[in-house]
Amino acid sequence: MASISLKDLVKTYGDVEVLHHVEGEIQDGELIVIVGPSGCGKSTLLRMVAGLETVTSGEISIGDKVVNKLEPADRDIAMVFQNYALYPHMSVRENMAYGLKIRKISKDEIDRRVQEAAEILEIGAYLDRKPRQLSGGQRQRVAMGRAIVRNPQVFLFDEPLSNLDAKLRVQMRLEIRKLQQRLGVTSIYVTHDQVEAMTLGDRLMVLNGGYVEQFGTPIELYDRPATVFVAGFIGSPSMNFLPVEASGGTLALANGATLTGGTQASGKVTLGVRPEHLVQDDTGEIRITVQMVEQLGANTLIHGLLEGSDTEFVASAAGHVTAQAGTLMSFTAAAEDLHIFDATSGKRIDA
Amino acid sequence: MLKRVHFPTSALPYLLVAPQIIITLIFFIWPASQAVYQSFLIEDAFGLSSEFVWFENFQILFEDSLYLETFWRTILFSAAVAVLSMGSALILAAFADRVVRGATTYRTLLIWPYAVAPVLAGALWVFMFNPTLGIFPYILEFIGIDWNHYLNGGQAMTLVIFAAAWKQIAYNFLFYLAAMQSIPRSLIEAAAIDGAGPVRRFWDHIFPLISPTTFFLLVINAVYAFFDTFGIIHAVTQGGPANSTTILVYKVFNDGFVGLDLGGSAAQSVILMILVIAMTVVQFRYVERKVEY
Repeated sequence: MASISLKDLVKTYGDVEVLHHVEGEIQDGELIVIVGPSGCGKSTLLRMVAGLETVTSGEISIGDKVVNKLEPADRDIAMVFQNYALYPHMSVRENMAYGLKIRKISKDEIDRRVQEAAEILEIGAYLDRKPRQLSGGQRQRVAMGRAIVRNPQVFLFDEPLSNLDAKLRVQMRLEIRKLQQRLGVTSIYVTHDQVEAMTLGDRLMVLNGGYVEQFGTPIELYDRPATVFVAGFIGSPSMNFLPVEASGGTLALANGATLTGGTQASGKVTLGVRPEHLVQDDTGEIRITVQMVEQLGANTLIHGLLEGSDTEFVASAAGHVTAQAGTLMSFTAAAEDLHIFDATSGKRIDA
Repeated sequence: MLKRVHFPTSALPYLLVAPQIIITLIFFIWPASQAVYQSFLIEDAFGLSSEFVWFENFQILFEDSLYLETFWRTILFSAAVAVLSMGSALILAAFADRVVRGATTYRTLLIWPYAVAPVLAGALWVFMFNPTLGIFPYILEFIGIDWNHYLNGGQAMTLVIFAAAWKQIAYNFLFYLAAMQSIPRSLIEAAAIDGAGPVRRFWDHIFPLISPTTFFLLVINAVYAFFDTFGIIHAVTQGGPANSTTILVYKVFNDGFVGLDLGGSAAQSVILMILVIAMTVVQFRYVERKVEY
């Protein structure tokens, strides 16, 4: 068990800097999800912690030990790869035992640990099979088994579920969470799927273009996104953004209506409202011209254009709502559900 | 039941395959059958008449201790060539696989020997190892080795083995490198995280995973050593001294065109033909069994 600390981490490939001064403290036993779009540097960051990529500058410590210069083998970590990376010429048992055998652990101990891990993951029946004789989900379990028999200080997951079908992904997601809580091993989990990130992580690190946008609990990220990027990335359907004019605690919309928002800022700002926070109200200030309605059963998504502008807007209403395309619908939102961001930097402006 | 499809009979398909069939018949089947026919004949000493003797040529061969010696020598020669060239190629490929800077240059340079014709390769080695002029005998003298492959059969054999192996390294290297690069990187990374060092990773993962390539190359190298080394041997030692570097294919040439025993030479080539057919069958049957990822 160990905490991980990332201090001022920089990674460059040639002249290109791909990670810019990443900071983060990970507590003992926490599951941290690093999330972001493709190419944001999340896998690079994970591989740096694993020791598969060199650190250009900055410091990574696991426990109290700075591991920058340590080989992957000496960092006491285990990693689950996206393609599982099982050894194709070895049976499931040999795959799981391999790391222990190298560390010269006694045969009885190896057998005991493999058996135990196989029971936890319910793969006892396949121990003598080769990886090619297993399904995707089973291979995934073996990859996890190989990680847990080692009993490492840190688990690293590199998009482990992205090769599974949707249903299995949800199931494995829950299992990974349960397993991690049961073993209490500090873990870093990389994914580009925001739902996976929200459900799995104790805390989320949102990366964008090599910068940490925000690092906090899922609810913090949802309730108080620090930047426009985080606000748009977390939550589905994603938040609506509209340019507004702020002055003296009110926000002027493009259609001339004003909202009372909790900000003292003035000038052009970006207003963010989540679709699910919009309340249908005939006297509401936010009026949209309906373009399309999506019935999801439990709720309805109303797509349209904001009155007086060509800003696309989505509202989510509970239950079944019907609306003709071209009609005008009005919504309102509570002041605490309005997020205000700086129009140029995209940073959150608090009341 | 599948319905049989009937096409209107036409000469066109036969015409289209005819060139291939004619070439095969004239250049492969006909000479091969001539060799088989020839192997059943014994000529008289003056070459004026020949007699059909069925398998007597083969009988003579297998009772001839010289031929049996040649047989074993060939096996030793091919084994040495295969092990030496595949071993060197494997080591070079393992390093090339790890090289990051200048990888292309390194690879290109390693492939060059393959473009050298066998006789030229032989000539190169002859110059380097010439007992009076060569650089290597000069160097070897300092460590007390008196090099003269014109007189010493063991040294002559060593020389042709090295020359033949050297020529084949490039080919083996290419196949090994391709095989190594097809192993997913994450697999090797997983092994590194599991605690395996570079040497351990090589023997535990890379070597087993490229075993289909090893098997393929083993057959290819055996065929190479059996048949394609004629040029090298002819240029370097001409089978000598005292037959110590005469392998089967060289003996076929020697008995047939120098000794003028056409029947015996033909019988030997029929035996070689059977050997190469056997090796090809082995290759087709087993090389298909690939390791799956």
